[in-house]
Amino acid sequence: MTALAVTIARKAYAGARDGGVLAIENLHFSVAANEFVCILGPSGCGKTTMLNVIAGLDKDFSGQIAFGESAARRRLAYVFQTPRLLPWRTVLENITLAAGSDPHSAANARALVAEVGLAGFEDAFPGQLSLGMQRRAALARAFAADPALLLMDEPFVSLDETAAAKLRALLLLLWRQRPATMLFVTHDSREAIQLGERLLLLTPSPAKLRADLRVTLSQEQRASPSAVEAFRTENLSFLAESRAPAEAPQYNSPMNRAFRP
Amino acid sequence: MARASQMRRRALWTGASVVVLVALWAALAVIADSRHVPAPFPVFQRIAEGIASRELPYHVGITLLRVVTSFGIAMLIGSAIGIAMGRLAGLDRFFDGWLILFLNMPALVTIILCYIWFGLNETAAIIAVAINKIPNAAVTLREGARAVDKDYHEMALVYEFGAWKTFRHVTLPQLVPYFAAASRSGLALVWKIVLVVELLGRPSGVGFQLYTFFQLFDVVGILAYAIAFIIVVQAIELLLLQPWEAAANRWRR
Repeated sequence: MTALAVTIARKAYAGARDGGVLAIENLHFSVAANEFVCILGPSGCGKTTMLNVIAGLDKDFSGQIAFGESAARRRLAYVFQTPRLLPWRTVLENITLAAGSDPHSAANARALVAEVGLAGFEDAFPGQLSLGMQRRAALARAFAADPALLLMDEPFVSLDETAAAKLRALLLLLWRQRPATMLFVTHDSREAIQLGERLLLLTPSPAKLRADLRVTLSQEQRASPSAVEAFRTENLSFLAESRAPAEAPQYNSPMNRAFRP
Repeated sequence: MARASQMRRRALWTGASVVVLVALWAALAVIADSRHVPAPFPVFQRIAEGIASRELPYHVGITLLRVVTSFGIAMLIGSAIGIAMGRLAGLDRFFDGWLILFLNMPALVTIILCYIWFGLNETAAIIAVAINKIPNAAVTLREGARAVDKDYHEMALVYEFGAWKTFRHVTLPQLVPYFAAASRSGLALVWKIVLVVELLGRPSGVGFQLYTFFQLFDVVGILAYAIAFIIVVQAIELLLLQPWEAAANRWRR
């Protein structure tokens, strides 16, 4: 069953001339319900733009975002690249604000604080927490919203590898307990292999779909760096070779077009 | 314990500075040796007499009521205008000129016009003071509304906060420093204008009393009322504004 069908024909940012900077062009994909999809692409290729379009924050694009029946009435959650916790509200308030106001949601929010390992920090303000803890709180807030679709934009960047690995394990645990369709954006292929059931590879800007592959690793294999590395060399070796030359011929770039007679 | 000793030291410094100021004043009175430059003691005596006869609390109370009313009205309207202008660029462009006009309008002009148009009554007095303060509040809150962080609003949008929750939990907390700044400068401005309004057309209040003392060249009375009112305004700052601000800024490290 399809939970989400994304069709972005064109998304450009207003520029000085010639239609501006093209961020996304002809990007189509669909995601099954409760599937964990990792979207992998080089920095600046339009991944965040794509998530903002899907989240409905950016309505200035041509195309269509269709939600499946199950998702239509349920909520969407978004873990941003920075935690975006309200600094003037406590950890618990930040999480309960995103949850519904019924008693069940409030209880769920409280439980999530403990599940992400922030028990005892309910009344702390975000500024008193480390970045890792803030990211945990942002994760708890996302699941507290009881989302059908969860968008994540490099939610574990600028953490050291140990902390990031712990958070990845936590994310998988939460996702198994509270199934949701996941769209996890990253530029780190190892992270994508560890987490995703399916990888969508994007081209450099303007973003297009470059490859769509399944990750057929077991839970244990995902936890083992050597298995992840093996999968990476086998399936994603073209990334390392082609990244450098791929930057050069950008036929769709408005910059190039502007300089043609 | 560290906090208690810190507070004691601060109180000591404040006390010492007040004592030195009063001593300077006493010395000045001795040097001037004039009926129009009274020493501190007769002034304090007059304050005590005024309190005993209930006359001073009555006039200070009435002035305070006018200050609070016009200040409240001005903050409410001024903030609403400022926030709207900070959020909507078109509104800002259009009304910016008006704002500058009212900002530079002399207080005396507004007061006189209000008395002429609305009569020598309480409403006219309150309106005159409020009109003087509204542009200041609007300008400060406009800066605040412009500085509001879009990231938090996107978050509120995604998590379906709705208009009221967004205003209360996302917008308002970001405006607190601007409210505090507008309140502080506003209180100081408003009470001075209230005195002028009272002097020109009210039969009660500190401003009216000052007018009476002026006609009698009663400098002791003038200083007694001025000092009494300064103490009241300072008490409002210490007992209301500062605790509120501290509570609102609890989250800052």
